[in-house]
Amino acid sequence: MNMRPPPPKRVLGRVFIPTVTLAHGGGGKAMKDLIDDVFISAFADGAPEVLEDQARFDLAMLATHGDRLAFTTDSFVVDPLFFPGGDIGKLAVYGTVNDLAVGGAKPLYLSCAVVIEEGMKVEVLRRIALSMAQAAREAGVTIVTGDTKVVQRGACDKMFITTTGIGVIRPGLELGIDHVRPGDAILVNGLLGDHGAAILCARGDMALEASIESDCAALHELIELLLAAAPGTRCIRDATRGGIATVLNEIADASAVSIEIDEAATPLRDEVRGFCEILGLDPLYLANEGKIVIAVPAEESEAALAALCAHPHGQGSAIIGHAGLGEPGRVTMQTLFGGRRIVDMLVGEQLPRIC
Amino acid sequence: MKYTDEFRDAEKAKVLIKEIDKLVATIEIAKTRPINIMEVCGGHTHSIFRYGLEGMLPDAIELVHGPGCPVCVLPMGRVDDCVSIAERPEVIFTTFGDAMRVPGSKKSLQQAKADGADVRMVYSPMDALSLARKNPDREVVFFGLGFETTMPSTALTVLQAEADGIENFSVFCNHITIVPTIKAILDSPDLHLDGFLGPGHVSMVIGTAPYEFIADFYKRPMVVAGFEPLDVLQSIWMVLKQIKDGRAEIENQYARIVPEAGNNAALTAVGKVYELREFFEWRGLGSIDHSGVKVRDDYARFDAERKFAIPGVKIADPKSCQCGEVLKGVIKPWQCKVFGTACTPEMPLGALMVSSEGACAAYYQYGGVKKHTTVRSGSQPVSVS
Repeated sequence: MNMRPPPPKRVLGRVFIPTVTLAHGGGGKAMKDLIDDVFISAFADGAPEVLEDQARFDLAMLATHGDRLAFTTDSFVVDPLFFPGGDIGKLAVYGTVNDLAVGGAKPLYLSCAVVIEEGMKVEVLRRIALSMAQAAREAGVTIVTGDTKVVQRGACDKMFITTTGIGVIRPGLELGIDHVRPGDAILVNGLLGDHGAAILCARGDMALEASIESDCAALHELIELLLAAAPGTRCIRDATRGGIATVLNEIADASAVSIEIDEAATPLRDEVRGFCEILGLDPLYLANEGKIVIAVPAEESEAALAALCAHPHGQGSAIIGHAGLGEPGRVTMQTLFGGRRIVDMLVGEQLPRIC
Repeated sequence: MKYTDEFRDAEKAKVLIKEIDKLVATIEIAKTRPINIMEVCGGHTHSIFRYGLEGMLPDAIELVHGPGCPVCVLPMGRVDDCVSIAERPEVIFTTFGDAMRVPGSKKSLQQAKADGADVRMVYSPMDALSLARKNPDREVVFFGLGFETTMPSTALTVLQAEADGIENFSVFCNHITIVPTIKAILDSPDLHLDGFLGPGHVSMVIGTAPYEFIADFYKRPMVVAGFEPLDVLQSIWMVLKQIKDGRAEIENQYARIVPEAGNNAALTAVGKVYELREFFEWRGLGSIDHSGVKVRDDYARFDAERKFAIPGVKIADPKSCQCGEVLKGVIKPWQCKVFGTACTPEMPLGALMVSSEGACAAYYQYGGVKKHTTVRSGSQPVSVS
């Protein structure tokens, strides 16, 4: 009998120079070494024996989690790469995990494509890859495939990451942005605007010192608890860019309901309020990375709130308003002062006011 | 939050609204037509919309949103000049954030930036001066914009640049002054204003004396007002009280910030660096005599207008725009022919749609596209569209 020898154990390549150069994107040994040393060693448990061009999934195994596949992608271009409460790597994992989780899916697999500006320190890259690996472990997902490109200095801002995620939705679960009905309660899972304020502070061009940390977190567990406590939940959206104001408008629009929120019930950290006061920004439009807007039937609102509050990522959760029979698509806010105003979509980006 | 929450107390607001209601009921003219009160400053317009104040006031009070948004009244030709300076390869063009979106005849600064110009948002002219220090091989230009509120800070920055011998810094001066413009509005034949809320932050610099002519000559009351919602309500009450008493005086509600005599140090710096222009062009209002300032000859080397050749072409406001009539309170924003159709915050035709302080943008964002009807205080919510 002709026995084939077992394939030799693959030895992971190493990078010995401190800086990423265009050679690391050239497709040759330098690139393989960078991928091995930085990404594979962080993402894979030990050296995989064979590297294919694609990850492969057993359909029967996927089907044990549910009856529909959820598929999403997101790019991360945050500046600075490291900020109080997180970094671009953590953000790239949690962001895609949350995009799956808000659809009711169990997040399972991620891809990770990085575009690196030449001159990036390998050490920094390693820190980001390790942060992604840890975030993936915490979120219960595996990073199974990826891509690495290096571009000339100036062609990208230090580093961009794109993550794509696959999750599975269990049978019977039907969340939808168009499912909200008049009377439904609108909830959020905690203090709003922390991420946006933290990033603006961390950029340092405001000369403002504040101890605001990004709220960046994976919310799949919280959402599971919520759905168990409030099975009638209509819709969940993560309030990232554009803040809760944008999400509320999208929901009101898609569901053809009006939404009224109460400023007094809207959870805000004092530091974020102060930050917005000084710069003339509106916290309703500040980005979040660990906050969701939830619509549930009124009779399940208390159960939903209790479930949210029981989880660390739900501290400070609140019922902030209700859907109504007013003009479809219209979002209004009862102000703390006793007036009422319209909360519209933001036109472009939010710019600080002159005076 | 201390120092702001005290001025946003809903209970005190209810008391004030009740007092305003009582006062309005005793004012004779309110029985035949609304009392028109103009808030001159864009900061007030912002507060009025942000806190929903219009809906809390009795129907008999009409708030007219005045010309005090410096971003809004900037004429298109001046934006073109900015773009032309910004597009010079040696220039780093620095600006306050909300001036980025103001449309020129061809593009805004935001578009110029996308096309490759080095345009940077700063929070103070001093930040622009630091940039000049850090980039000695580049020309750093600061877009000097605003009323007397921001004028002292650019004047002091020019003085600092002179003291430090920094030669690669200049100001593109578009500072304007509010008093001649209030006068122009008062002289307008189609005017129906019964009183004014005076600009709080401008007055912090110039004091209250420059407004005396409004009371003496035009017999209109003015109350210099703060920007918190209780400030605005109290100031409205004070204007109404003057109308009721048949008085026309300049009163100061914002005394915690505004000294009657203004800020001498700020005025000295402004006087040193700037002098009045013969006239300045306002978007929507046309040319107004002595309504702008320019850099004095002594500081010519810090004057971007002289340092760089600017096109200086006057661009007429689009014909369909009725910004001027809105600014003068002749029509409400939604009565403009192009409001919400050809002119929206995404594609602003007129100046008032540009900045969040502009009356039209504020109505569009906070008041809805269709005619603005509001919720009466104490009653059930009604449609706000």
